[in-house]
Amino acid sequence: MTDINPYIPFLSEIKEVIKHTDIEYTFRMTYSGNVNPGQFFEVSLPKFGEAPISVSGIGKDTVDLTIRRVGKVTDEIFENYVGDTLFLRGPYGNGFDIQNYLDKEILLVAGGTGLSPVKGLVDYFSANPKDTKGFTLLVGFKSPKDILFKNDFAKWEDNLNVIMTVDTPDDGYCGKCGMVTQYIPDIPIKNIENAVGIVVGPPMMMKCTIAELIKIGFKEENLWISQERKMCCGIGKCGHCKIDDTYVCLDGPVFNYTKGKFLRD
Amino acid sequence: MGYQINQDKMNAILTELSKKYKIYGPRRYVGDGTFAHVDTIRYGEVTTLDDIEFKEKSNYSFKEVLLPISETLFYFTENEMKEADAPHSGAIVFLRSCDLHGLKRMDTIYLKNGAVDTYYKRLRDNTKFILMGCEDSFENCFCVSMGTNQSDDYDAYLKIDGQNVLIDSHWDLLDTALAEMPEIQVIPDAVSQNKTVVEIPEAIPQSVIDSPFWEDYANRCIACGRCNFVCPTCTCFTMQDIFYTDNGKAGERRRVWASCHVDGYTDMAGGHAFRDNKGQRMRFKVMHKINDYKKRFGTQMCIGCGRCDDVCPEYISFSNCINKLNTLVKEEN
Repeated sequence: MTDINPYIPFLSEIKEVIKHTDIEYTFRMTYSGNVNPGQFFEVSLPKFGEAPISVSGIGKDTVDLTIRRVGKVTDEIFENYVGDTLFLRGPYGNGFDIQNYLDKEILLVAGGTGLSPVKGLVDYFSANPKDTKGFTLLVGFKSPKDILFKNDFAKWEDNLNVIMTVDTPDDGYCGKCGMVTQYIPDIPIKNIENAVGIVVGPPMMMKCTIAELIKIGFKEENLWISQERKMCCGIGKCGHCKIDDTYVCLDGPVFNYTKGKFLRD
Repeated sequence: MGYQINQDKMNAILTELSKKYKIYGPRRYVGDGTFAHVDTIRYGEVTTLDDIEFKEKSNYSFKEVLLPISETLFYFTENEMKEADAPHSGAIVFLRSCDLHGLKRMDTIYLKNGAVDTYYKRLRDNTKFILMGCEDSFENCFCVSMGTNQSDDYDAYLKIDGQNVLIDSHWDLLDTALAEMPEIQVIPDAVSQNKTVVEIPEAIPQSVIDSPFWEDYANRCIACGRCNFVCPTCTCFTMQDIFYTDNGKAGERRRVWASCHVDGYTDMAGGHAFRDNKGQRMRFKVMHKINDYKKRFGTQMCIGCGRCDDVCPEYISFSNCINKLNTLVKEEN
């Protein structure tokens, strides 16, 4: 029997920790192997459990995992990561296939940590601007102190059309305010028939954004979303992420909207 | 090959087999049921045929032999991990036709849907299945409607016939043990009708999710999950880490049975959850059993054993639900 036990995690070294906010850090982990933006790893902490975390960046022999401190496992990661290692399993899921977006106009709309699973795409098109006919990144955060990947934005702005907005500004903030949806109508898109939209964020934000994109003429088959669910295994066994006949861990988390719109929990 | 053998000799063969295999069958646990003076029938180790309850339906299925209620996956100490040993190196399971079909549903999830599950496979590969026939249908069974009343995919069929035992063997090891016995033709008993009949709706429209139909269950279901735990085709689990109080650096990761009816099943870190309404949990389960699984894998998931109807403390009937849903779908079309 040569099957590898898929439940036993491997040790990965923390190369760097990038602190975005008090509760959101990016952990740059050693990993060599194929991985797509939007795929995820189970970050595994013996004694505490596992948490599915999407890949927010892909480097040579590294992957970035942007972790938000919201639960039992992630609390422990933040408390005890110092100079250390983490156990990982994965990568799992389909992720975003760059081929679907090449040589097209792209509008990527992300809400909060929803930027993590698509950040690999932004990085790719920022480094290869010739592969797109126009790339707009529209991102919303709750407030200026929730902004993620601050250092990357400066770099992205060189090549891409970047619009960042916050729901609630604080003193000293002088950028855009309000929901992402209100900026959609002003985005210049030359050929809406062929433009692709990618939407990732909290459920309500995704719903409203998709509605807005369809309203301005995006075709459903050109829209892509990424879903988030509870997952205990990541390999189609535990059942927690199942929606109708779909396993988010195997068939997703990235879905074309023509399929994604039928997913009802 | 079919054989006739007396019970004492068969028990001797079982004793011999028990050196290599753990033998599991439905056992009667006197007074162990939910109420006073009520027995329960569930799977346990057996040594002789007398230990096996042949006359009644078991309250629980055989699934715990391959998917223990709580199963240690590995032990960890600092950065070392060790895969847990299998609970048995080989098993023989006595079960009925419906459950044998349930086994195929388990195989599909654990061997075919995504990566092969190491823990399931190592038990499954070394387990033999002995079919127990059904002369009569039990209460709430609807195997005929589900097409699971017959099965020839067994390692052996065994029937108690007075002092004798009739066997149909598909297993060479058993054939060898029975070589001296008179050969006769043995055809497994199978029911051809049940009192409970269900008609599964064809092409259930997705709009049924929003139907007030499920509200009835929202008020009745108490989210205890018993229907999931008795079901041979429910295979969900949740991971659980524990560590030892004497040594906080060592512990183990387990998986334990999970239920889509019980609170917390969809809870994500940060607090978001789906299907807060218990009626929607019923919808999720029913649609999985008679629609979603088939869409993905080509066969119905439910095997019609009726154990969920037997066990529900709120007297919710799954078979009734299917038939009512069928009427609803027909009315809407």
